Amino acid sequence: MSVLVGTETRLCVSGITGSEGSFHALNNRSYGTNVVSGVTPGKGGQDVEGIPVFNTFHAAVEESGANTAMIFVPPPFAADSILEAADAGIETIIAITEGIPAHDELRVYTQLKRMPGVRLIGPNCPGVLSPGKANVGIIPASFFKEGNVGVMSRSGTLTYQIGNELAQKGFGNSSIVGIGGDPIPGSSFVDVLELFENDDQTELIVMSGEIGGDAEEVAAEYIAEHVTKPVVGYIAGFSAPPGKTMGHAGAIVSGSKGTAAAKTEALEAKGVRVGRTPTQVAEIAVEILGG
Amino acid sequence: MDLLEYQGKQLFARHEIPVPSGIPARTVDEALAAAEQIGYPCVVKAQVKIGGRGKAGGVKVAANATEAREYAEAILGMDIKGFTVYELWIEEASEIEAEYYAAIVFDRSARAALVMLSTQGGMDIEQVSEENPEAIATLHVDPLLGFQPFQARRLAFEAGIPADLIRPIGDFLNRLYATFIAEEAMLVEVNPVIITPDGKVKALDAKVTLDDNALFRHAENAALRDPSDEDPQEQMARDYGLAYVKLDGNIGIFGNGAGLVMSTLDVVTLFGGEPANFLDAGGGAKPEAITRAVEVICSNENVTAVLFNIFGGITRCDDVAAGLIEAFATNPPSVPFVVRLDGTNDVEGRRILAEADLPGVYTASTMNEAAEKIVALAKGESL
Ligand SMILES: Nc1ncnc2c1ncn2[C@@H]1O[C@H](COP(=O)(O)OP(=O)(O)OP(=O)(O)O)[C@@H](O)[C@H]1O
Ligand SMILES: [Mg+2]
Repeated sequence: MSVLVGTETRLCVSGITGSEGSFHALNNRSYGTNVVSGVTPGKGGQDVEGIPVFNTFHAAVEESGANTAMIFVPPPFAADSILEAADAGIETIIAITEGIPAHDELRVYTQLKRMPGVRLIGPNCPGVLSPGKANVGIIPASFFKEGNVGVMSRSGTLTYQIGNELAQKGFGNSSIVGIGGDPIPGSSFVDVLELFENDDQTELIVMSGEIGGDAEEVAAEYIAEHVTKPVVGYIAGFSAPPGKTMGHAGAIVSGSKGTAAAKTEALEAKGVRVGRTPTQVAEIAVEILGG
Repeated sequence: MDLLEYQGKQLFARHEIPVPSGIPARTVDEALAAAEQIGYPCVVKAQVKIGGRGKAGGVKVAANATEAREYAEAILGMDIKGFTVYELWIEEASEIEAEYYAAIVFDRSARAALVMLSTQGGMDIEQVSEENPEAIATLHVDPLLGFQPFQARRLAFEAGIPADLIRPIGDFLNRLYATFIAEEAMLVEVNPVIITPDGKVKALDAKVTLDDNALFRHAENAALRDPSDEDPQEQMARDYGLAYVKLDGNIGIFGNGAGLVMSTLDVVTLFGGEPANFLDAGGGAKPEAITRAVEVICSNENVTAVLFNIFGGITRCDDVAAGLIEAFATNPPSVPFVVRLDGTNDVEGRRILAEADLPGVYTASTMNEAAEKIVALAKGESL
């Protein structure tokens, strides 16, 4: 099947009249994604190469039947656009925008958790690609083909790197999901693990994490309890210099968690094999699934 | 962005959190003039963006002008955990009956603000948290509801605050939360919150970290950014819009996307090399950005070889190749380069590079091959 985006996707692009927004909306459409509309307040009635533009998400949903949103608006307006999409009844919201204030993300996250059926991917992410079906975002799709490996990652370019290593070994992907690198991602590794676990097409899951936060540690626990499919991990940031923190609150809250070594250890303790280089991730995948 | 103590206190004052009055000083003479104006006893405090100043000898109470001069001389220029003291804060001395601890931190794993309160504040708070964690009362705040009066009461009771101080401490926490929200902070920490002999609550210290992504709507805070506390290369990089962190090694690194750059550092380290920097050109890097990045990387004298590791998404490999050629034309580097181009327009990028045939520029087709080559070149070996 693939996860999050696919043949059922009816995409509405917020910020479609901007240069980035229109470029990627058209790019996604030429890949085969069903781009049904765009939203730019004040530009309703116009069109971008045939894609109708609406003033509000509510109008876009009503008139174009959109069920998925891609958010491409600048940081000061992005939180508002996400909330608007959710309020209009969009189920899958994929936010590409980088640099949204943390407190905005926190409010958006909390509100969306209270709206059952609404799912946010990102912000600050490259989007979601389900090869052969749909591409929503900025992932360079030509490098990936359809297959049985689900990939999820906190970093954009690292996703491409790992996806490419897998492709070199002949693997294709069910879906490639960028969850984004911000402090409060709309969906965590755990959320996407659940999707991949329930997806028929996915036979192996690759999780590419990095230093900071505890998303990988939490995922390790979840994998041990709930995931039957094999998971291969990768953690970037072994040689990153430790950040100096100002006060004591950080140490009181988190102790020494968050380092690449601690994350790798947490995953390995739960039986998840962790590649030390992107190449090694693909090699482990070969060992598990056969070449 | 981290604030200095006195900047944090000025921010607190805007939100009606009581703080002692004081005057910043950059020289011994300025410090002395400030001390005279404030009167004695006064406190001479090192202004560096790190905790534990008191224990390092960076906080001293001066009883008279002689002591004020002595302490100002000693503390200016002092190194505290790798931070040099360029500035002092001269502050009225407070009478202290008790030292509490209060903090609000943006808790990303709980996805809520975490409020902390303890009666055992002061310079040993980390020890308290290790040996006696129950002494620190904590709770999370619903981001949409905000900090509720019952939460302030509950924290105060659980921390064991004396009955007559429950109300004033509650007020204090309310104001601290209001500050945290209004200024879009990632951390506000007050250690110590003091109780004076007449029962007043005051913030004697202020550790504030603001969200860089929110500075666009806080002009007053954005103006506090101090370019002098950045390394020259880091400053140059920031002026050019590049994310750069200087490291201790000799292999310059250029990449696009923080994750890929971190991964590149790891792979280079794994192959026995030592990275000289982290440099993320970001998505969609244009030729000018490449030229500037080369300038920034090579201006670090330790660099003996440079690795370009690109996986193009929005970034186009032909742009990277063009930028590199331009960089070599304007200011030819004296160290060897290894370039690995994959992703959007990689074939075109490699063709442009091959045609230009730049001196000392080698190519690699995988990350591992690139790492192997750069480590050899950095050691002075030839390929
Ligand atoms: N204005 C003042 N009047 C009296 N005593 C003070 C004053 N300012 C600081 N002190 C004393 O000096 C100690 C250390 O000062 P402060 O908390 O500002 O620095 P710090 O050591 O960096 O803090 P931390 O230990 O939280 O990192 C305080 O706990 C307090 O006892
Ligand atoms: Mg203190």
